[in-house]
Parts: sequence; structure tokens; C-alpha cells
Amino acid sequence: MTTDTTTPAGAAPGTAAGPAPVTGAATALETLTIAKAINRALADELAADEKVLLMGEDIGSLGGVYRVTEGLKARFGADRVVDSPLAESGIIGTSIGLALRGYRPVAEIQFDGFVFPGFNQITTQLAKMHARTRGAATVPVTIRIPYGGGIGSIEHHSESPEALFAHTAGLRVITPSNAHDAYWMTRQGIRSQDPVIIFEPKRRYWLKGEVDVSADGHRGVSAFQAQVVRQGTDATIAAWGPLVPVALAAANAAAEDGRSIEVIDLRSLSPVDFDALQASVEKTGRMVVTHEAPTFGGLGGEIAARLMERSFLHLEAPILRVGGFHLPYPPSRVEEQYLPDLDRILDAVDRTFAY
Amino acid sequence: MHHTPTSPAPATELPEGAVRLLDADGTLHEDARFTPYLADLTEDTLQRMYRLMSTERRVDQEGTSLQRQGQLALWVPAVGQEGAQAGALTALREDDWIFPTYREHLFALGRGVTPGQLLALFRGVAHAGWAAEDHRMQPYTLVLAAQALHATGYAWGISRDQAGWDAERRLAEGQVVLACYGDGASSEGDIHESMVFAASYDLPVVFFCQNNQWAISVPAATQTRVPLARRAAGYGFEGVTVDGNDPLAMHAVTAWAAEQARTGSGPVLVEAHTFRGGAHTTADDPTKYRTRAEEEAWAAVDPLARLEAHLRATGAAGPDPDRFFADVAAEGEELARRTREAVLAMTGDTVAPLDTVFETVYAESHPLVAEELAWHRQWQAGFADTEAEGDRS
Repeated sequence: MTTDTTTPAGAAPGTAAGPAPVTGAATALETLTIAKAINRALADELAADEKVLLMGEDIGSLGGVYRVTEGLKARFGADRVVDSPLAESGIIGTSIGLALRGYRPVAEIQFDGFVFPGFNQITTQLAKMHARTRGAATVPVTIRIPYGGGIGSIEHHSESPEALFAHTAGLRVITPSNAHDAYWMTRQGIRSQDPVIIFEPKRRYWLKGEVDVSADGHRGVSAFQAQVVRQGTDATIAAWGPLVPVALAAANAAAEDGRSIEVIDLRSLSPVDFDALQASVEKTGRMVVTHEAPTFGGLGGEIAARLMERSFLHLEAPILRVGGFHLPYPPSRVEEQYLPDLDRILDAVDRTFAY
Repeated sequence: MHHTPTSPAPATELPEGAVRLLDADGTLHEDARFTPYLADLTEDTLQRMYRLMSTERRVDQEGTSLQRQGQLALWVPAVGQEGAQAGALTALREDDWIFPTYREHLFALGRGVTPGQLLALFRGVAHAGWAAEDHRMQPYTLVLAAQALHATGYAWGISRDQAGWDAERRLAEGQVVLACYGDGASSEGDIHESMVFAASYDLPVVFFCQNNQWAISVPAATQTRVPLARRAAGYGFEGVTVDGNDPLAMHAVTAWAAEQARTGSGPVLVEAHTFRGGAHTTADDPTKYRTRAEEEAWAAVDPLARLEAHLRATGAAGPDPDRFFADVAAEGEELARRTREAVLAMTGDTVAPLDTVFETVYAESHPLVAEELAWHRQWQAGFADTEAEGDRS
């Protein structure tokens, strides 16, 4: 069976409805870590569509360096959960060829910093294939990349290169922040007819949450929409992936000072759900965007610029950014000083009130 | 040992062990291993081979003229490589796949791509002028060696689709993929990775290296110390260097290689030792880096002349060889005329508008692209109003 829809029935692209209420009968809530939720999503897609196959370094017998694919080789066989040679360009390039043949490859890149040997294949080939063939070729390749810092690791294991891919037309880029989204966004990403890069917040792999794994557990929410994860009236914090829990903690801390902060989880970085961001900032008048990637040239700047065009007269203060510095990712003993944290986000929130 | 790349002497001399069946004067030799693969070469196929080579060369010359006249942004001559391509193409089956670089004009025309579709890329009206599925040939790839991985992945898909087939069925119905590259691209990592993947999973890939001696201005000696086919051994499969200006040897060795790949033995590398007779592209100037003597040495072993001599000597050109060659020349002129006509017709309203790119960058709707397309259309519509006013005045 090959599926060809990305947007589940009832989803309203371009809006952020907030966590949709559970309607109808069957829900099947399971408490899973993000890693297990992704594992479950991969298993469900492998089971649903025989054209889906996984490939990557060490994803078979070992189950991946983060064990995200644990057990899948045993269940689906070495032909569908493929331990590939150690070659990222080869993984992406052969995935393109497999997709041209009608397969639906899900490639794992072991770490964020290791995607660059495959960068050429992703940006000059995968991203352009549909347009250069005037729509004749579809290449529904999914690329999973654990990303971000805060895990005390060594060089090249803590980076956030999402802007490089969001900048490239032809790619979709999504990043879940919780187990429920990890499950559904992974499934929706695999089912998309476009190339989708899923940035997985590796420092949150063990974050547990309730996942509705019932057939309509997605509740009509597309992987390419933002979600308001905390309602507020005075300012908005926009975040994604690993910083969503930090943004929520900052909002809770601000509440103690009597400020009502709305938090938006972008979830999708290409497309960005500007309608949801606009609705929020026009309600609150203030916004802080935070990401681990360097601020300069980052998506925070793009979001600020777009919202200034859309919502200039609603803004009480400039949209502020809290991100990484213009540095190579530092040695992990000092990464705490590099990564946006609760205090730096709160400081920016304070500054938006000082205007 | 330090190795200093030097500008090579004319390399018309074949590397040791290279396969040549047809001498420059058209005499055919026996080869215990590869001659049997000429068994299917009927008079019709030999004539087709020559026709493809001759008419492609004429289209190729027209491409250069059209570029010189400002009608093409660029042209990529393949003069001198017709024998390598005609031999290989006629050894493949119609449903075998070709993943080309950007100099496989004979493959394209031989697979039914029209001259207009072939030149659309160089006219600047499309990135891919033809539909791959219609010709079992992917569009040209300009980031060299990327296509070899796509070919390998595609062959992986074929291999999966044919899982469980016995040898007989594979031989009868199996598909193979021809992964094209050249001496320059052989240095790219993607060629290495392709060969690793193809070997690891026994994929039905024929790596088809046209070693035309020059990667723009850099000689093959800078890319490799050894004949490129010898690299295959490092990956655990067989590689054969062939006289690329010998269409019959190219046919036989490619047929053998395709049979190996088709029946499940995994990849094979065929290196065509040939020469880029023209410039790299119309933007190139070979006088800056190679000698007239080298070009003349290679012109003396031109594949077209060699096949013509063979056809005349064996009677394969039919009862009236002069008539056959005159007819083919006339076909070439006709194809050149159609080429020119098609190129000149690609203008104005026949050129797909920018809207087409907006509409095909994603397969599913993307709000940013939709927003920008709406803006673009409105902006363009504004000019239409202005033009209409201009018309009235």
C-alpha cells in the first residue's frame, strides 16, 4: 500500500489551533519517550507500506546509536532495515535512486554534524528533483537527523543546522518537541510526497509523554503546522525542538511575575506557519524567538522580519532573538554558556517589556 | 614515492590489457572472451550504430553553431565519443536504465529523445528536457558523480523488485542500470561511494566510465595513476578497459557487463578509453592546455571512420555502400535542420513560465511558495496592464 496524503483529514494547514481537543470515541494513549515514539512510528509505517525502508549507519543490529530503531531489524528483516556502509552521501544518493524507483526510504544520519558529507546530495539533488523534472519525478525521501546540544558530547555531535535546509527550496523541515508529535510528525513526514528532513531533539529523546496512537490520534493536525502549547496574552515565545520545554519553563517563571506568556512550538521550519505566529503576536504584541542555532542568519531573523512586515502596527516592541553565538559549537564543558537557557529567554522577555 | 602529474603524451596507445576488436583500418580480431558477445550484431544493428554515430555528430556540430550564434547558452560537444556510446547503447536492452552525465547525446537521441528536448537544457528553457520514464534515461546531471549514486539506488530498487527471481528469469527479464561518469568525476567521492554500495549489495549496475583524457583542462594523469578500470578490483568486482573508439569492442564488453549485472553477479566497470575531440564546452579553449598533435593523433583513430571501414569491408552497409553513407549523411542534415528549427521555436510563449517552477518545487502545497506565486502573478499582471496601455497609444 502506498499512501499519498500528508495532511490528515480535517487538518487546516496554516493555522495553529492549539492542542486539539480529543473528539469522537477511540483514543489509545500510551506513555512513551520521544525515542520510543519515533521507533513506534517507524514500525507502523514499515508495517503499513511495503515500499518504506530504513537505511543508515548502525540502525540494524545495534538499533542506532540512540537505539531509536531498536528491534526493527528483527521484526522487519535486514532488507527493510538496512545497515548501510559508512557514507552519508551514499545513504542520501542511493535513497534518491530508490525513491525514483518507487520506494520510500527513511534515511538516518547519525548526528547533526555528520550530515555535511551528504549535503550536496540533499541540496543540489534531492531538493531540486521534483522541480527540475517539472513535477515528473517525486522523491519522497525522509531524512532523520538527531540534532542540538546539551548532551555533554564531543565535537560535531551538538549542532543545529536546520536553517541551512529550511533555506533550500524543495525541502520540508520539521522538528517535534514531545512524544506525541514525534510519533505523528514522523508518520506524516514519511507519507509526504516531498523530501522531509526530521530534526530530532536528541537531548529530549528520553522525555516521556502521552502519545495517542489510535488511527486518528493526530487529531487533524498536520506536521507542517505550528501549535500553541501554552496560551498567554502579554508576550509570545516562539521555539522549536529542544527549546520548547525551556520556553515553557520560562513562561511559567514569568507567570510568577504576573506576566501571561504564550508559547508557540513551530514544529515545522519549512514551511513556517507564519499565520499562527502572526495571530499570536497580534494578540500579545511582543515576541521572543529562540533557537540553539547561531542567531546570525538563523530562522529567528527570518521570523522577525516576516512578522514585522505582517504585524508592524501590532508590535509593542521589536521581536527579539535568543540563540547561539556566532561561534563553532563549543567544547561541552562550556556549552551551558552557549545554549539559550531559561534566564536568557526571560531576559529577552523583560527587554520586550522595557520598550 | 612522489608522483607528479604531467601533461601526457598522446594517449591513443591503449593501456595494457585493454580490449580492441576492430583495428583502425576496420579489421576485426577474435577475442575468446568477448567475441561471442558480437553474435547478436546483425547488419541492421551495425547500420543503426553507424547511423546513430553519424547523425549525432551532425546534431552535435549544429549545437556548437547554435551556441556561436547566440541561440544556446552553452553546448557540450561529444565529438569523438560516438563509438563508445553507440557500442554501449546497442548492447543494452530498451528497458535498461541510463543515468547520464551531460555529454551522452547519442544515448539520448538513440533512446528517442528529440533534438529539441535534448537542447532545451542548453537553450535555458528547462533543466530536464525529457521525461525519464519515456526513455528509461534520467535527465542530465551537472553536479558530477551525483548521478552514480542515484543509479546505484535505482539498481537497488530493481534488485529488491527482482528478489526471488531465478537466474533464467533474471537473464530474460532483469533490468540493469548504466551509471555514466568520466575520468574527471572518477575523483569524486560519490563514485567511490557508489561502488561501495553497489558491491556491498550486489547491485545490477554497469559503471560506464568514458575516459576522454581531459577533465576540462586537467589531464587524466592528474585523476589517476592507473587505468580507471583497475580501480574496480579494489571494490571486489571486475573492470575492463576498452578501446572506446572501437564500437564493436564497446558493444561486446558492455553486453558482457550487462549480462553479469543482469544475472545477479553485481556491478561491473567498463572504461572506454577515448578522446574528447572538441572543447569541454563552447566556453572552453583547448588550445590553452593541449597540443594540436594530440588532437590529430586521436582524429586518426576516429570511431566513425573505423566503423565505416568495417561496414565497407564486410558488406554490412548493404549492396550499395556509397548510397548507404550518402543516405545517412542526408539523415544527419535533416536532423540538424530539425534541431535548429526546434531550438529557434523555443521562444516566447512556448517557454514554460516561472509559474511552472513555483508549481513544481513541492509536490504538496507549501504556503510560502503559494504566497510568493500569488505575489508574482499579481506583479506580472501589472505589466500586462502597462503593455495593454502601450498597445493602445
